[in-house]
Amino acid sequence: MDNIFINYSLFILFLPLAAFVIQIFFGKKLPRQGDWVSIGAISITLILAIAMFVGMLLDYNPDFRQEASFTWLDMGAFSIQLGFLVDNITIIMLLVVALISTCTHVFSLKYLKGDIRYSRYFAYLGLFTFSMNGIVLANNLISMYMSWELVGVSSYLLIGHWFEKESAANAAKKAFLTNRVGDIGFFIGIMLIYTAIGSFTFTDIFEGVAGGVLAGTTLTLAGVGLFLGAMGKSSQFPLHIWLPDAMEGPTPVSALMHAATMVAAGVYLTIRIFPILSPDALLVVAYVGGFTALFAATIAITQNDIKKVLAYSTVSQLGYMILAVGTGVYTAAFFHLLTHAMFKANLFYGSGSVIHSMHHALHEKNDHETDAQDMRNMGGFREKMPITYWSMLASTLAIAGVPLFSGFLSKDAILAGSLSFAQHHPEHFLLPVFGFGAAAITAFYMFRMMFMTFHGKPKMPELIDDIHESPKEMAGPLVLLGTLSVAIWYTLPHLNPISTHGSWFTTLVHPVTAVVPGSFTAHAIEEGAHHAHNLAMGISIGVAALGIGLAVLMYLKNIISPETWGKRAGFMYDWSLNKYYFDENYDKYLYQPTLRLAKKIAWIDWELYDKYFINGFGHVTNWASRVSGKFDYNIIDQFLVDGVGRIADNFGFMLKKIQTGKLQNYLLYVTAGVIILMIIQSY
Amino acid sequence: MNDLNTYLLVAAILFSFGVFGVMTRRNGIAVLMGVELILNAANINFVAFSRFGGMNFDGHIFALLVIVLAAAEAAVALAIIINIYNNMNTINIDEASSMKE
Repeated sequence: MDNIFINYSLFILFLPLAAFVIQIFFGKKLPRQGDWVSIGAISITLILAIAMFVGMLLDYNPDFRQEASFTWLDMGAFSIQLGFLVDNITIIMLLVVALISTCTHVFSLKYLKGDIRYSRYFAYLGLFTFSMNGIVLANNLISMYMSWELVGVSSYLLIGHWFEKESAANAAKKAFLTNRVGDIGFFIGIMLIYTAIGSFTFTDIFEGVAGGVLAGTTLTLAGVGLFLGAMGKSSQFPLHIWLPDAMEGPTPVSALMHAATMVAAGVYLTIRIFPILSPDALLVVAYVGGFTALFAATIAITQNDIKKVLAYSTVSQLGYMILAVGTGVYTAAFFHLLTHAMFKANLFYGSGSVIHSMHHALHEKNDHETDAQDMRNMGGFREKMPITYWSMLASTLAIAGVPLFSGFLSKDAILAGSLSFAQHHPEHFLLPVFGFGAAAITAFYMFRMMFMTFHGKPKMPELIDDIHESPKEMAGPLVLLGTLSVAIWYTLPHLNPISTHGSWFTTLVHPVTAVVPGSFTAHAIEEGAHHAHNLAMGISIGVAALGIGLAVLMYLKNIISPETWGKRAGFMYDWSLNKYYFDENYDKYLYQPTLRLAKKIAWIDWELYDKYFINGFGHVTNWASRVSGKFDYNIIDQFLVDGVGRIADNFGFMLKKIQTGKLQNYLLYVTAGVIILMIIQSY
Repeated sequence: MNDLNTYLLVAAILFSFGVFGVMTRRNGIAVLMGVELILNAANINFVAFSRFGGMNFDGHIFALLVIVLAAAEAAVALAIIINIYNNMNTINIDEASSMKE
């Protein structure tokens, strides 16, 4: 099986692209608007990804790695190698992308039914899957960067799917531009690395850093630059503003891109480049991640839009993963990426199912005013939507970090990592505080969401009769991913549901020591995390219980009134509800000054540069061309060109007289000519 | 009597008559006759040079070729004249001058 994995992954990469091309050009003409083309392509992708996954499990080789590359650009001294890297991380990630993407395709069949741009929607899903796989398979920074941008484009297109809505169009623009800020950092990072090492491939870069070619401040800056790209894509503070707005897109898209895969690309990038992140850069990563985790969680508490809660929860969970990379336990980050992809995609499908049902019910009542996503209009859906409820409950338990569910394992690993980091560096005690704080708040707001949506009395009783369970195309992914939120899948072959020790994941994805001189060895980090494990587990169960208990008291039993406490919290409640006024402050201190500056520059450009400089050039050119035109017409045209014509004309006029039409005249000329020639010759 | 010059003289006289005929006659048939004279003057030259120039029968063969050519030319030219007559009702070549500028 020498290169079979590479061949499979090429199919996985290009099948969705083929589906995209077919859909974008012929989608509308195909029967059923061609959704079967996309579904077919993505299903084959899933089958291949599962085959690779099974192959990986059969091989059971932690050091498995296949690489294939080719020269993309060769200009003598400057050549760019592109290629594919397949290792265990890649295979797991490919499976995640293929699985969630397939679920999204199937879910969208019903969710987007009757949409005016149905075929285009599926085309963009194909484009996205292709680009995401491109990131996953890249063995170098350049092709990763290209796919990275393609992912940004597909995100833009899908958020703006309903671009007739102004808010959706603005959200798409916001997502694209905010990502651009991070991507500039990414690009600077790539260039710093290329300047020092002269290659884009990970292997060369790691070798170069290990050899000390790139070190010190430059290495830290390069690492932070790359991380800036990850911050944009993974929506980390302070570039987190786009992700909640991105919920304007269709809900299956939110599940696929803005929960499970695309936003995880940033985490994936930091995992890939982990070996070259210097201790200073890692500290930046850890603080950004930790702060984001806590900060986004505090916003999620007060949101009333069901998708906004999930969006901020995603930001917070991504912060967790970034925190894990920063504290060195990057395999835990990847583990959380995996479990999070499953349960968060499921939560989004669940919310999609609820919203779909709400829309339907509101439509029956001819009510177009009520917000179908506002949890204050829901309540009591548990009886009506049992599949949605139970699968969402499984995922909520997972995200809250309750034992026996997947999130417990991965969160635990991250918290243990940060705790051990703080034990080694007591000055960074804030990192585990961020982690555990976010864990408590996460448990609280997730159960708040569940209780507000599914429990209690219906807040709009007139709707409850029209609330129905979603069709099987939507229920299928819910059941599947709800099942995958259970811990047991991740601990195999062992059945101990509270420890991943010896599981397939920890065996196959083992940490690699950073190549930066002076880093902690992977062994030391693992050892530290192992020691901190029991303590972390205890605290995390404690904080999860605290959060859930509080949510039960406030929203299920109504013993503590949320309104009173909201008032009592005063400005803190307002800040959280208004997302700490980030959008407003960005607008006031960033966008408006930029706009004013741009207006001033535009004034200079138009009033001074254009009017005097450019127009001046125009006047000079105008004058010169008038002079040159006169010369051309009077001298060249009239005298030279026409003169030649006139000479020919005159001669022709004179010579035409000898053409009489009489044969004998011509003969006479010939004879005379011959005689003249003979006379000339004889002299 | 038996030398080259005599033959050449005869041929020259014949040629001159031919040219004169071609140039002065108005009748198309007469012009053709002049052309025949010119061709035969050339034939005499060929044969004479062949005889006195020691060139075996090359000249004779060329003369025969010219005779054949003359026959062909006469046929074509007569056809032209017939066509002129059909179109213009005359064979006066001065009147067939529609080709002038």
